Amino acid sequence: MGYVIQGETGDWELVIGLEVHAQVTSKSKLFSGAATSFGAEPNTEVSLVDAAMPGMLPVINEYCVEQAIRTGLGLKAQINKTSVFARKNYFYADLPQGYQISQYDQPIVGEGTIILDMKDGSTRTIGIERLHLEQDAGKSLHDQHPQKSFIDLNRAGTALMEIVSKPDMRSPEEAAAYVTKLRSILRYLGTCDGNMAEGSMRCDINVSVRKAGEPYRTRAEIKNVNSIRFMFQAIEYEARRQIDIYEEGGEVVQETRLYDATKGETRSMRSKENAHDYRYFPDPDLLPLVLSDEEIASIKSTLPELPDEKKERFMRDYQLNAYDAGVLVADQESAHFFESVAKGRDPKLAANWVMGDFFGALNRLGKEISDPPVTAANLGALVDLIADNTLSGRLAKEVFELMVETGKAPGDIVEEKGLRQVTDTGAIEASIAEVLAANPDKVAEYRSGKDKLFGFFVGQVMKATAGKANPALVNEILKKQLG
Amino acid sequence: MSLDKDTVKKLATLARLDLPEAELTHLAGELSNIMQFVEQLGEVNTDGVAPMTSVAHMTLPRRKDEVTDGGYPERVLANAPDAMDGFYTVPKVVE
Repeated sequence: MGYVIQGETGDWELVIGLEVHAQVTSKSKLFSGAATSFGAEPNTEVSLVDAAMPGMLPVINEYCVEQAIRTGLGLKAQINKTSVFARKNYFYADLPQGYQISQYDQPIVGEGTIILDMKDGSTRTIGIERLHLEQDAGKSLHDQHPQKSFIDLNRAGTALMEIVSKPDMRSPEEAAAYVTKLRSILRYLGTCDGNMAEGSMRCDINVSVRKAGEPYRTRAEIKNVNSIRFMFQAIEYEARRQIDIYEEGGEVVQETRLYDATKGETRSMRSKENAHDYRYFPDPDLLPLVLSDEEIASIKSTLPELPDEKKERFMRDYQLNAYDAGVLVADQESAHFFESVAKGRDPKLAANWVMGDFFGALNRLGKEISDPPVTAANLGALVDLIADNTLSGRLAKEVFELMVETGKAPGDIVEEKGLRQVTDTGAIEASIAEVLAANPDKVAEYRSGKDKLFGFFVGQVMKATAGKANPALVNEILKKQLG
Repeated sequence: MSLDKDTVKKLATLARLDLPEAELTHLAGELSNIMQFVEQLGEVNTDGVAPMTSVAHMTLPRRKDEVTDGGYPERVLANAPDAMDGFYTVPKVVE
């Protein structure tokens, strides 16, 4: 059951390919020693190389090369031992060189794969076409002056990895899962911070539609999509637009379109009319980039355990289902937090608490897992108190809320507030006897077949014991006494 | 290979050169001559030789990831005709 869009002439299928630009987390630029920090004063992080002054020569940053290799290895991709930098020629106000130094027919990284974790726990394998290194452009500000655009070159020359997928995605959900997974892998590797809001990860989307079984039709490229939510909207809008054109007897033209988030539409970018005529040629200022086997092997030996391997291990060692494991490994901090809680305890119970109440509290308080309202050690101690029957699930929730409020250890809260659950059968029997004695009519009704009243009795007993009676014991004894 | 007038016109547009119509034919001839001169290289037998982008037997030198440059907006903007508030300015380019 694939994703289809219904048109007047039948069902249409979506074909999506993504080009993700990921900014390398380097201190200095790809070809110059200027800094790369976000939000600096305009044109303060610009060298004469970045400003394309005559006679300046680019020298490559070795760290950026290593990060591209590292990312390629993380994507299980082929690393090309010889790659070549090329000039991609176009004119734009924020591109002082008149060309972008990029890689064309010999990129540093070739084909790889990425595995998507879908919401229903299933997986999809998407091909990676290539990864290459290139320079970012500067930034144009259009809202500073009525007649002028302002240009800040701080971003010009910053290292980007352009990661190109194969046209393997068939729904907006898959495209979103792709970006989510790619961001997770980049963060695990530490090669890009994946911050879409600050623009350190940006997405161009290639969209086309077709009838089932057809070859690919003409695609449009959508630029300027800076969140996963907008990506969804842009794809849905663009697919509908193309279907309408075909169904009215028209043809889709290959072009670059801009996503306008305020209007929720895509529109043609006329400035990019000749955009596909970049007249690439090898950059005469740069020799081919040659890598040795030793260099590649030494980077490989420092790769962390990546999300897919971690997920597999969590499913194997902790018996988690695919969905839970996928959620927990999405970032390293969550995975580490879970493992600290689960160590030596019931992993399923630990997973439920981490993903349920704990993630809930993070969301509610707007906190990051790096600054948790409840430490992993304390959450672990809470799980212990549930496991040894000191707390019922219901009391545990109460204790958890107090832990969030006070930051105290669960053991201390239980002692202070006297929240220990009652597992003394004598005491529970006494409470039950009282409840039954106080409600003789309900007891009679229950015994004459009104089973639903059982819940009423449980509620009354819990109320009488201030919620501290062990629910399992209450159920058991009640059944016996009523039966 | 020879270039026709339309190709020269397109190249001029891509290079942002404002060429008068009258010059196009003349330039097409000149550019074609240059290309024909370079095309003589096609006579050399290159069977079994991998395409190369450089004749120097060197690989790309690399530098360390250190901040060693920048921090001089006044130098960067020194030749800008109409700098404002630390920015270059250009006629508004909005999509």
